[in-house]
Amino acid sequence: MTDSVLAGAQARPAPPIWPRLRRGLLGSPVNIAITLAMLALAAALLPPLLRWAVFDAVWSGTPQDCAAGTGACWAFIGNRLRFILFGLYPPAGQWAAGLASLILIACAVLTAIPRFWGRRLGLLWLVTAVSTLLLMSGVFGGRAVPTGEWGGLPLTLMLTLGSLGCAFPIAVVLALARRSKMIVVRSLAIGFIELVRGVPMIAVLYVAMLIFPLLLPAGASIDKLLRIFVALTLFVAAYFAEVIRAGLQAVPAGQREAAASLGFTPWQNLRLVIMPQAIRIVIPGIANLAIGILLNTTLVSVVGMMDLLNAAKTSASDPAWIGRYDEAYLFVAVIYFVIAFGGSRYSLWLERRAGPR
Amino acid sequence: MADVLRPDHQRPGLLIRISEIVGGRPLEQVGLLFGVLLLFAFLADNGVASMAKLGIAPGFGFLSSAANFEIGESLIPYSAGDTYGRAILVGLLNTVLIAVCGCILATVLGTALGIARLSGNLLLAGFVQGYVEIVRNTPLLLQLFFWSVTIRALPGPRQALTPFPGAFLSNRGIFIPAPSGSLAGWLIAALLIATLLGAVALTQSSELRRRRIAQGALAVAALAIVLIAIGAANGSLTLSLPVLKGFNIAGGTGLSPEFATLLVGLVVNTSAGIAEIVRSGIQSVARGQWEAGSAIGLSRGQLLRLVILPQAMRVITPMLTSSYLDLTKNSSLAVAIGYPDLVSVVNTTANTTGQSTEALAILVGVYLALNLSVSAVMNRYNRTTALRGMHPR
Repeated sequence: MTDSVLAGAQARPAPPIWPRLRRGLLGSPVNIAITLAMLALAAALLPPLLRWAVFDAVWSGTPQDCAAGTGACWAFIGNRLRFILFGLYPPAGQWAAGLASLILIACAVLTAIPRFWGRRLGLLWLVTAVSTLLLMSGVFGGRAVPTGEWGGLPLTLMLTLGSLGCAFPIAVVLALARRSKMIVVRSLAIGFIELVRGVPMIAVLYVAMLIFPLLLPAGASIDKLLRIFVALTLFVAAYFAEVIRAGLQAVPAGQREAAASLGFTPWQNLRLVIMPQAIRIVIPGIANLAIGILLNTTLVSVVGMMDLLNAAKTSASDPAWIGRYDEAYLFVAVIYFVIAFGGSRYSLWLERRAGPR
Repeated sequence: MADVLRPDHQRPGLLIRISEIVGGRPLEQVGLLFGVLLLFAFLADNGVASMAKLGIAPGFGFLSSAANFEIGESLIPYSAGDTYGRAILVGLLNTVLIAVCGCILATVLGTALGIARLSGNLLLAGFVQGYVEIVRNTPLLLQLFFWSVTIRALPGPRQALTPFPGAFLSNRGIFIPAPSGSLAGWLIAALLIATLLGAVALTQSSELRRRRIAQGALAVAALAIVLIAIGAANGSLTLSLPVLKGFNIAGGTGLSPEFATLLVGLVVNTSAGIAEIVRSGIQSVARGQWEAGSAIGLSRGQLLRLVILPQAMRVITPMLTSSYLDLTKNSSLAVAIGYPDLVSVVNTTANTTGQSTEALAILVGVYLALNLSVSAVMNRYNRTTALRGMHPR
């Protein structure tokens, strides 16, 4: 008896598809009405959409070809692809910017594979950061490219991954400080985290743009991109610290006590016992944070950086192709969606993998 | 000796209590505090020196000097030449307006979507899931740009779309009917007070007080009905319908294209999150609760109202709070699409006066205050729904 009940609970076979479909679409009068309404909605919306995006679309040609047609102008995307992907980056050096993007994407993918988790990843990211910066600054192309000309996909990826990586050590310190018994340390950490989490990211970016330069000693100045990067890193660190704090709270107290009774010093205890477990617990949370940062880096366009979204918007104001906003936005929306959706599925997969052991 | 032999039940001495609060290493902590203060002093000194070089006197005196810029839309009378303080107040009111409208509409739409996701119809559930995934995995700013282009692509006033009689969708904005006449202000005030009282009633933990305040809200609502009746009878309250006049639409009340863009963008974006919150909240209620409820003969409506929702609200409320806070903070993206919210006005102020530190300090202070007040209201409401056993009192 018990055995059969348990077996039923553990491995319930998925019900066959046809009865499930019939119950889900035609189960009751209300259900039938909803199904019909949804079909009517699809019949009203899908044909015009498909006609615009596929059948009446102009896939290649000149602006005049597009103006003659009534559908989407994908020729515009083909023509302005380099600008959308790389912004104002000099065309002769765009191979370097492309290579930098590929290296960043490859590194992110490698980091996502659990088999490679370990201390060597830190080294990998150090090498990646240095080589990306060298590639972008145009050292290998013979002509120096100032940061003001960096843009498009490489800029978005660098801001996302760079701020996440640089925020990590700050976030660890903040998370530990927030759990400290020492009142000054704890209060400073709480003050910083809640202040940053309480204001919109735009306000933080404006602080970087308007106030950072005022606070420097006379004569000193820092690059605009670097200012924005520092502000973004501090912003991310506050959210990251809360993610790590959740992980620290989830490590059972017995772990610390057991390690202490084995003679670990507090520092060893933290480094070898607590932190590795805490980080492992919050990896899905870090993946979600990374997606949030990717989507929020678009805000740097408000303070004038030529990120992927701003490059798409600017390309649509090109006099020859003017007004092709729908196509430009749809194209970059797909890029953002593919990365973010992939990331959120990965995070779910990790959670499920870590769950029942 | 007497000290050493102190009985255990005596309270610990003042020094011990202080050292417990301080938490060890007092000297190092004082050093840290001193270091942080020194850093701030260094930065402030640099700041004052830089401002002096630019010929700007630090301080908030600029708030009472004349602001020579127009603001597109405003809840209170404002024109170029009024003070900067008033301009910032206009921006703040615009932010509050968009946040309140956005939170209400996003809650309605999100709840409907969350319930639709659980409806059991595969097509509807799949549609909602697709909506949620698309909205959550694309940047909000991109969505706002998209809505901006879409609203600008609406037909002009002469060919405006009319989804129902009396409402116009056009590229000049969205126009809906509004009450007008000498009693209109009183009517709007009465409705606002009734809504406010209703919201306060929700936050009361005692059943008796909740009922009393709700009765007050009903009384004010009844007053509003009386106002409508009197106004309609003697003509001091009429419904102003938007109508096409020449090349534009007159009458009624209009939402500017920027306001409409921001409102639609924020509502769509936040409703996707709220749909997920509502779904997970309802699914968090154990299956046995449904079964037990129907076993004692509750109807489906009673079951939802009396058994499921009170338990689901415990999970939903804290998450809803952070959705509202996110919406309020996200409304700052108004600056990218030209709606004059607080951030936009403060940015203009900082650029025209050069008092960027003071202007941004006001901005940060206002957002912290808004955040704290939204969480204070929601925490009060949360206390009425939380598990009683877990929190004594």
